[in-house]
Amino acid sequence: MSDDRPRRMLPELTERSRFFWEAGRQGRLLVLRCQRCGYYLHPPGPLCPVDHSKDLAPEAVSGRGRVASFTVDHHRWLPAPEPPYVIALVELAEQEALRLTTNLVGCPPGEVRIGMEVEVTFDHQPDPEGQGDVWLPMFRPLQDDRGDHGEG
Amino acid sequence: MARADDLIEQRCAISGIGQSDVGRRLGRDPLELTLDACLAAVDDAGLTVAEIDGLSTYPGAMSPVRGFSGAGAYEVIDALRLNVDWYDSGLETSGQLGSVMKACLAVGAGMATHVLCFRSVWEGSAQGSGGRAGLAGGAGSIGAPVYATGPSQWTLPYGSASAANWIALYAQAHMHRYGTTPEQLAQVALNGRRNAARNPKAIYREPMSLDDYFASRMISTPLRLFDCDVPCDGATAVVVSRRERAADLRHPPVAVAAMGAALHDRPSWDQLSDLTRLVGADAARQMWSRTDLTPADVDVAELYDGFSILTLLWLEALGLCPVGESGRLVDGGGRIALDGELPLNTHGGQLSAGRLHGYGFLHEAVLQLRADGGDRQVPGSPSVAAVAAGGGNTCGCMLLTTGG
Repeated sequence: MSDDRPRRMLPELTERSRFFWEAGRQGRLLVLRCQRCGYYLHPPGPLCPVDHSKDLAPEAVSGRGRVASFTVDHHRWLPAPEPPYVIALVELAEQEALRLTTNLVGCPPGEVRIGMEVEVTFDHQPDPEGQGDVWLPMFRPLQDDRGDHGEG
Repeated sequence: MARADDLIEQRCAISGIGQSDVGRRLGRDPLELTLDACLAAVDDAGLTVAEIDGLSTYPGAMSPVRGFSGAGAYEVIDALRLNVDWYDSGLETSGQLGSVMKACLAVGAGMATHVLCFRSVWEGSAQGSGGRAGLAGGAGSIGAPVYATGPSQWTLPYGSASAANWIALYAQAHMHRYGTTPEQLAQVALNGRRNAARNPKAIYREPMSLDDYFASRMISTPLRLFDCDVPCDGATAVVVSRRERAADLRHPPVAVAAMGAALHDRPSWDQLSDLTRLVGADAARQMWSRTDLTPADVDVAELYDGFSILTLLWLEALGLCPVGESGRLVDGGGRIALDGELPLNTHGGQLSAGRLHGYGFLHEAVLQLRADGGDRQVPGSPSVAAVAAGGGNTCGCMLLTTGG
């Protein structure tokens, strides 16, 4: 990316969120999970809301999910991304209502549908300023079909 | 279920209402506009400023977006030299009406007798001619990265920068699940504009056709420009009084029959349990549990339309139609017109009368119950009004009646 292109706003990396934004370096999507009851917790917090355990750890998830809803943005709110772009709520296969706000890529906006099966891909955002590069999890239509479509 | 008559809100009435000049960009001091509204409400109640012994406002002197708050509690207390026995302000409450509900709690609990409540905005002037901003304001840059902090880190990197984006996701989900159509969504905007034509203070009063609606530019599918409320400058105030002390004032008091403040879901825009269900449904259930009145008793509904879809979601949340049926209720616009079975947003709503942020609906409900609606008065002397404000993770509702 050349330095004079408009940049996306990048997440400020904190102790709590850094794992999520950096995991794409290894091509993995990590979500904080309660090690006692198995509940996935997003956004990450200090305590499992189900059993109040503090024994939480990032765990790799399948990276698959379904489009719970989407919108095609046509208004320029920020220098980047460039409209039109697809904002989606992707519900991850691992847990009901475990959602990420994300962008849907690799699909014409007019072809996005609620319920569409998707898989994670990562948008590498270099950060020469110092806090470290981030890999924004984005989603594309599910491509490799090995029979596991997550939750039906 | 018979109701106990000692519910706190039933000790309260709305004794006065006031509103400043309202305009797209007035270019005036927002504190001055706020004080105009406050003095008008006190005068409307037939009270003197010295008799005001409480104050409540939303959101107070905090401003995540420039123009979001025209004045804080302390500014108004000082400007009017109020001696208050109770006061409060804050953003983290049950929508904009949360501030009025807190006033009712204070009055009902005997902490104050006449509480002045206000909401003041100057988003029109603050945004200038540069177009509507997302929550990041003018952030973003050429070259160097700009960081999204706190909760915004989960949305801004993806260009999900505005409530228009977040609420568009609800609208899309509602259309998908229930078959709600763009033409039905349009009826909220068209109804508002028809009513605004009869409201001299409305921002947009010229007729809008369905073709006009569909010609308006897309903001975030399925929401078009005319699905988004219009930022403006203006302030609205009401006085919440102890009911027996309101009886002898200038206007017949409007009774607070019930109120709902509940939040039984995650306080989040994107992690809600059901994207098509407003968290206001919990507030509404609470409200109906506190009165013998039922949705069938509602004569006029003033339901928040920061975005058109929110009005549809409120109709369902309040039980004014079955879940999933709001699109069919508004279809064609006849049933929600001034002479329809459920007159809706009779002043034009925020879509056409301006984003006075919740309080505009409350002001209008009181006018309608007083039969002071002028050219837009609902026929047949409405006696029960439902008022709802907020969307996303912040919702509250109130039921008002004549005969306070």
